[in-house]
Amino acid sequence: MTQSPAALPVTGTPLLEARGVTKHFVVHQSLRARRRGRARLAAARRAGQQPQDSRQVVHALENVSISLPAAQVTAVVGESGSGKSTLARVLARLTPPTAGEVLLGGTPVPPTGKERREYARQVQLVLQDPFSSLNPVHDVAYHLSRPLKIHGTGTGATLDESVSNLLERVALTPADLFARKYPHELSGGQRQRVAIARALAVNPKVLLADEPVSMLDVSIRLGLLNLLADLREREGIAVLYITHDIASARYLADTTVVMYAGQVVESGPASDITDRPEHPYTKLLLSAAPDPERAAPPVLAARGSPPSLVSPPSGCRFHPRCPHAMAVCASTAPEPITVRPGHTSACWLHASGLTAAQSRPLTTAATGNGQHPDPVPAATDPGEETR
Amino acid sequence: MTSRRGEPLLEVRGLCADYGAGPGAVHAVRDADLTLHRGEVLGLAGESGSGKSTFAYAITRLLRAPGIITAGDVRFHTASGQVADLLAANEAQLRVLRWSQISVVLQSAMNALNPVFTIGAQLTDVLEAHQPGMSKKAQRDRAAQLLTMVGITADRLGSYPHELSGGMRQRVMIAMALALEPDVVIMDEPTTALDVVTQREILEELAELRDRLGFAILFITHDLSLLIEIADSIAVMYAGRLVERATAAALFRAPRHPYSLGLLSSFPPLHGPRQHLTGIPGSPPDLRDLPQGCVFHPRCPYVMDRCRTDSPPLADLSGNGPPRQAACWLHDGQQEPPAPLALPWPAIGTAAVAAPMAAAGSAWTAAAQGTGPAAGPAGAGPAAGAGPAEAAAVASHTAVASHTEAGHTGETTHTDKNGQAGAAPSLRSTS
Repeated sequence: MTQSPAALPVTGTPLLEARGVTKHFVVHQSLRARRRGRARLAAARRAGQQPQDSRQVVHALENVSISLPAAQVTAVVGESGSGKSTLARVLARLTPPTAGEVLLGGTPVPPTGKERREYARQVQLVLQDPFSSLNPVHDVAYHLSRPLKIHGTGTGATLDESVSNLLERVALTPADLFARKYPHELSGGQRQRVAIARALAVNPKVLLADEPVSMLDVSIRLGLLNLLADLREREGIAVLYITHDIASARYLADTTVVMYAGQVVESGPASDITDRPEHPYTKLLLSAAPDPERAAPPVLAARGSPPSLVSPPSGCRFHPRCPHAMAVCASTAPEPITVRPGHTSACWLHASGLTAAQSRPLTTAATGNGQHPDPVPAATDPGEETR
Repeated sequence: MTSRRGEPLLEVRGLCADYGAGPGAVHAVRDADLTLHRGEVLGLAGESGSGKSTFAYAITRLLRAPGIITAGDVRFHTASGQVADLLAANEAQLRVLRWSQISVVLQSAMNALNPVFTIGAQLTDVLEAHQPGMSKKAQRDRAAQLLTMVGITADRLGSYPHELSGGMRQRVMIAMALALEPDVVIMDEPTTALDVVTQREILEELAELRDRLGFAILFITHDLSLLIEIADSIAVMYAGRLVERATAAALFRAPRHPYSLGLLSSFPPLHGPRQHLTGIPGSPPDLRDLPQGCVFHPRCPYVMDRCRTDSPPLADLSGNGPPRQAACWLHDGQQEPPAPLALPWPAIGTAAVAAPMAAAGSAWTAAAQGTGPAAGPAGAGPAAGAGPAEAAAVASHTAVASHTEAGHTGETTHTDKNGQAGAAPSLRSTS
């Protein structure tokens, strides 16, 4: 399953690109289960068979392709557990992908060494929680001068000046005053600005922002979103904006990518995604989002909770919740289909030429609350069950 | 709308709550007046540190040291017509009222549930404490019934909290709060940690239960856009003070306090053209060292000399419309309030009412450019740098689609900065 080229935005050259990235996390097992697994592997090898790894894995990302063009904001929207943050970590190379590749400017990312450091200079990550991502025992100037020293872009004489410039770039003025402050003296919004300034210290080409505003108060969120928009326009930085708030994606992003259970289900121009959603999951997200303009109480487009990623549903991962689920959805995963230029949706509803048997409605869809297998305990320690 | 379902249930007058004493005390709640009516959903909105949770803990006497209630009066009207003074009540009297008449749903369901007991044991514990005569079987049946009521199958009674998802845990908390059929349920950010879909499911269930059981809800959240949808009336808190109180629709269509207006323009809309928003410049004040005069004046774009010295009272602005109050000197009759804060409500006839954010656009932008760190060039929003197809979709002027009061006739109005209005085809999909 490959993303069709039309999924890529029509403007701009992709700076950072992920092609068919898959990330599996091995589930923690008890010692006994691990020993049993090893014994089974050894037995299979002795018998001359191909050894089968029996360890369970969390399918956090499955064949995800995404491209971040210069001077554009790409938003990734999804519920918790949809793989948004894993995608950011794979793109930042904090964790290697199980399969697929990450390309920076068309070249694959080197795993180690000097080139790896050069990659880190160009691709920077901003984390969600500014209260824990800054070191409480160091002042702002220390946080901002560290990356300059590590990457050798700032030296003794110009260091203070570089720090001041950085603070001014994120609108923390007077810069001299802020440089001497400690994280506890700053508000949440100011801390997040420091975290962004730290990422900007090495003049990256790509900024990966993992839920940068969800910990902040509503009245200061917009300030940060506008700062990201500013960086895109003034400095041409490619921004990956990860969020669960589809309205803020519409506000900030050029392109929105909707993820569900580790897969990209829909992508397209940000306003198009919210104004004319195509995938049933996007419609569900929109029907659930708070909207003061809404005249009548919203009717949820589907119910239930996301599936367990240890044993994801066959076929389309959304089919157990989908109100339009057909027979084909349970058996075969849909390919992304271009519905409009630059707008793709991975759903069988857009496919033509389905047979009558394939398009037979599934009756098990959209059952009530709480009836679904619960993903939380399954993901925390399924090793228990196999004991 | 406030008196739709009858008489006052919980009356709070002049409530003050501090953390600590002496000159270093944090004044978390100052002079809060609020009335919750029977069967009403009253929303309490505010940022973190605005005192909304302290308010909830103070009125239920759950405030822990160093929190102290320094002044005020909280009266609860019981179903039998008696009036209980909650601040004067002793522990024994409170014990009778708590849970059976007033219950609380806390924000973090993971911390609120005991991890070493099954949820069945925790549900029956409530019944055992408050209805001692109940048989074990009756308790279990009631617990199963409560779980079913909130959409969880009864076989989950034997589950431990860690075996449930976040949404299910929050449902268990709601079931526990409703176990003794209270008149008031106080909900402190009940859905904040949940995904939007789960949040919506729980809100739907809550609305259905409220219609069936008729309890009143004090719903505390920072998400004003959500409150506008679910609450009957809304009180907005800022730095420990109530700054505005109105029906949900009136607050959304015609806010009177600059802070409410700022909050409303902090939520990117899901419809209409994409436009540059500025939020509120600056950040909330330090509660130990509140600014002189109106607490909002350092961030207010309409600040006047008087705001810097005198603190405005929560004044009645009802006029002929539904009851509403705001604490702002702009409405003291000495001057004409700025247009975005003087929108008529209820709107007359079928005349279109422009959404306040559009009219406010210029004022907020100007203010933000002067003082705020968040200032960006006005209108230089998502349009720049986007492809031609997108640029067309983004309005270069500050325009917004708004709805007529009469309802959802599909008629919309464009209002630009100059206030010129004209009919335009609907931009809003009716999904």
